[in-house]
Amino acid sequence: MMASKMKTSFFDLKLTVNGNEYNRRIPTHIRLLDLLRDELKLTGAKEVCGEGECGACTIVMDGKTVNSCLILAVEAHQTEITTIEGFSPENELTKLQQAFIDDHSVQCGYCIPGMIISGEQIIEDFHRPTRKQIKDGLSGNICRCTGYTKIIDAIENTGKNS
Amino acid sequence: MKVVGKKTQRVDGKALASGKPVFADDIPKKDFLYLKLLYSPIAHGKIKNIDISKALALEGVAAVLTHKDFKPHYYTTAGQGYPEPSPRDTMIFNPVVRFVGDKVAVIAAESIEIAKKALELIEVDYTEYPAIFDPEKSKDNEVVLHPEIKNDPFLFDAQRNLASRITAEYGDPENAFDSSKYVFEGEYSTPYAQQAHIEPHITLTWLDEHERLIIRTATQVPFHVRRIVGEVLDFPISRIRVIKPRIGGGFGSKQEILNEEICAAVTLKTGRPSRIELTRKEEFFAARSRHPQKVRIKMGFDEKLKITAIDLNILENSGAYGSHALTVMSVTSQKVLSLYKAPNFRVHADAVYTNLPIAGAYRGYGAPQGFFALECLMDEIAIKLQVDPFELRIKNFFKEGDEIPIASILGEGREGFKMILHTTGIKECLHRGKELMGWDDEKKRLNQGEIKQGVGLAAVCQGSGIPGIDMAAAFIKMNEDASFNLMVGAADIGTGSDTALAQIAAEVLEVSVDKIIVYSSDTDLTPFDTGAYASSTVFVSGGAVKKAAEKLRLQILDQGQKLLDDPNAILEKGKVTTGKKSLSYEEICTKSFYTEFQMQPMATASHLSYDSPPPFNATFADVSVDTETGIVTVNKIVSVSDCGQIINPKMAEGQAEGAIPQSIGMALSEYMIFDKKGRAINTDFDSYHIYTAIDMPEIVAEFVHTSDPTGPFGAKAVAEIPINGPAPAIANAIYNACGVRIRELPITPEKILRGLGKI
Repeated sequence: MMASKMKTSFFDLKLTVNGNEYNRRIPTHIRLLDLLRDELKLTGAKEVCGEGECGACTIVMDGKTVNSCLILAVEAHQTEITTIEGFSPENELTKLQQAFIDDHSVQCGYCIPGMIISGEQIIEDFHRPTRKQIKDGLSGNICRCTGYTKIIDAIENTGKNS
Repeated sequence: MKVVGKKTQRVDGKALASGKPVFADDIPKKDFLYLKLLYSPIAHGKIKNIDISKALALEGVAAVLTHKDFKPHYYTTAGQGYPEPSPRDTMIFNPVVRFVGDKVAVIAAESIEIAKKALELIEVDYTEYPAIFDPEKSKDNEVVLHPEIKNDPFLFDAQRNLASRITAEYGDPENAFDSSKYVFEGEYSTPYAQQAHIEPHITLTWLDEHERLIIRTATQVPFHVRRIVGEVLDFPISRIRVIKPRIGGGFGSKQEILNEEICAAVTLKTGRPSRIELTRKEEFFAARSRHPQKVRIKMGFDEKLKITAIDLNILENSGAYGSHALTVMSVTSQKVLSLYKAPNFRVHADAVYTNLPIAGAYRGYGAPQGFFALECLMDEIAIKLQVDPFELRIKNFFKEGDEIPIASILGEGREGFKMILHTTGIKECLHRGKELMGWDDEKKRLNQGEIKQGVGLAAVCQGSGIPGIDMAAAFIKMNEDASFNLMVGAADIGTGSDTALAQIAAEVLEVSVDKIIVYSSDTDLTPFDTGAYASSTVFVSGGAVKKAAEKLRLQILDQGQKLLDDPNAILEKGKVTTGKKSLSYEEICTKSFYTEFQMQPMATASHLSYDSPPPFNATFADVSVDTETGIVTVNKIVSVSDCGQIINPKMAEGQAEGAIPQSIGMALSEYMIFDKKGRAINTDFDSYHIYTAIDMPEIVAEFVHTSDPTGPFGAKAVAEIPINGPAPAIANAIYNACGVRIRELPITPEKILRGLGKI
């Protein structure tokens, strides 16, 4: 049997993640989520569904929250990205992260990086979001442990106190 | 109490909220092989020929393993106590495939992309067999799923497709029914449903520098993983270390040896670190689900509306293999017969094989199926007899001091143990729930136009660990800054059990929770624990932690007394004192380490309970039914539980708040659909709808207080009980709203419209 081989093409990617500039030669087929987790060792974003339905891989790209499982890494060329690790670079939690701890919004924690990033976005968009606005804003983030009640509490409380 | 019952932050909260690399897959993976599984595309057949040569020839493929690479060995993937009461009907790879999704081969490659490509290069010829998809037709069918298994004591009757059978009888049900004033009967069914834990099944294996096999895996049962992988691969337990990091939810699906044995086999074969992760699609057909059950209940009552007899008949669909087949329906039976006192009862339960995906453990473990039947029937009876649904229930509940006879008749795969009900708060749960729901405010409910509003209720119970079987151990040692390392086998899978166990230790040792450093679930470093299932961790593992902490407390006191030279010195508030002279924990430990009466203050303890006190719950649902479209909207769920002394109130609330949408989903939106060839159709979160934030009704979760003498600080279990009530409460509320009685879950708009006679 003749050995066969898969073809891979490469791309020279330049991007900023959590304030750090990276230049990487990457295979063109990898997703932004793979780049973050496997290449840059930023494992806060999670793969849960791989289809953009659950929001566990949520990150901020040029100021907007996106599902990093739906974006090819090459699409992130020359963009600025913030992952959950970028929200508390010196281990200083944001108000919302602290609220997630205080309000017991975290159970298993797998969806939490995505929830926090979506929550930060909701607070930024609405300042003092109502529970309805929070629920709408979280519609792309699935949690199976909490029933969302305490996650909504944390976002609401942080909004009120900001 | 200073710590128990008080608001306490989770010990892992900060790491989780800041996205630290704490999960199985978050470690750097140098030189790992990536694994992909080839699954059977047919529901039943035999592999005539399998050609892996093209896949092996693809550059970057390190190994391809099929049934030809393993000696035939039957085991069960159910992660249960030993010997597991599930049938030994599974092989790593079997030349006979029994459902669409049965494992055929594994590819190990340098990348996932290569592994995926190689999957396409494996050529398999199958001889197709006829398949059984209807559990009603499975028993005594000419198609037999496991004809070759002859001598497995855990498989009831392979030739009849009967994975398991339970029969039990108490009193004289036959006569009791004959002399009953009223007899009612109903048949109810529940579908295949998914645990849908957010973190998929993920396993990483490698050999360490001593050639020991390390298994880092998302599991609820690390010690069962070690034992079963050792058995299946014929590899010594002494050379296996299983590490359970933080886990992204399990709900029963990770009470299973799912891919650990395959990943380990690749590592042992190639010497290479290996990684296997299921995609979400694979989770739906290749992991586990809730056992579908058809439950028929017959109940007799006397003229005072006291239950005279219960007859319980269960037909359970186990899917292609019998993982948890016996014990799930055994829990159905135990729990259904632990709520109302029946002086006579009979149980007949059959678990049958079908050519569909494998069912397994899912939160509630048979009780949700059983209570859907029981509590819908109780509702129907109250309506037929025109009696108050609260009164009908209250006059039949077991009372404190009663013996629950099913407990001794039916244990976990063997006889059980005598159980006296020490505490029950079920009446208080009902009363409080009624108040919180505004049950009597009938006028406030909409009943005009096409939207009809209604309310319903359900009373339920569960257990606290498996009596006489679940054993847990704890080890605790003191450090010179008055901190303590607490090592437990107990598996925190996101429930917060590490925090609850730290609270129990902190309470006994009179220190703050931040002084307890918890390390859990590492088979090299922590003592044994059966694992995170059967709502056992706080009750059983908590019992072990309490005992170990109490022993250590006595040691600290003893050291303090010796150091103070006063046998009457006492321990209080984190120091040993004579009243005049005191020694802090820091001083006692430092002196014990370095200068006087030298020793390491430390203690171990094991705990096993022959009691499994039932937690109780009353759940209320308020729903609106659109009688034009058949769409049901849940407006509010009230869930009031008696879980004994609550260790961590916010975490307990969170357990209820999380369980409720799982059961609403079971009632309305979560069910697996199969096509005519047995292929699962809805295998993503788009077509299998679990509740999102915008779908959520108002949730009120409360607890009433009892203190059970058999649990640590009076605690009973929390994790499963709140999942039992919402589905029957919703079905009952729908009847209350629009007069349509649905006995078959899920309750779809079509069924409502059919019930209304509109289609």
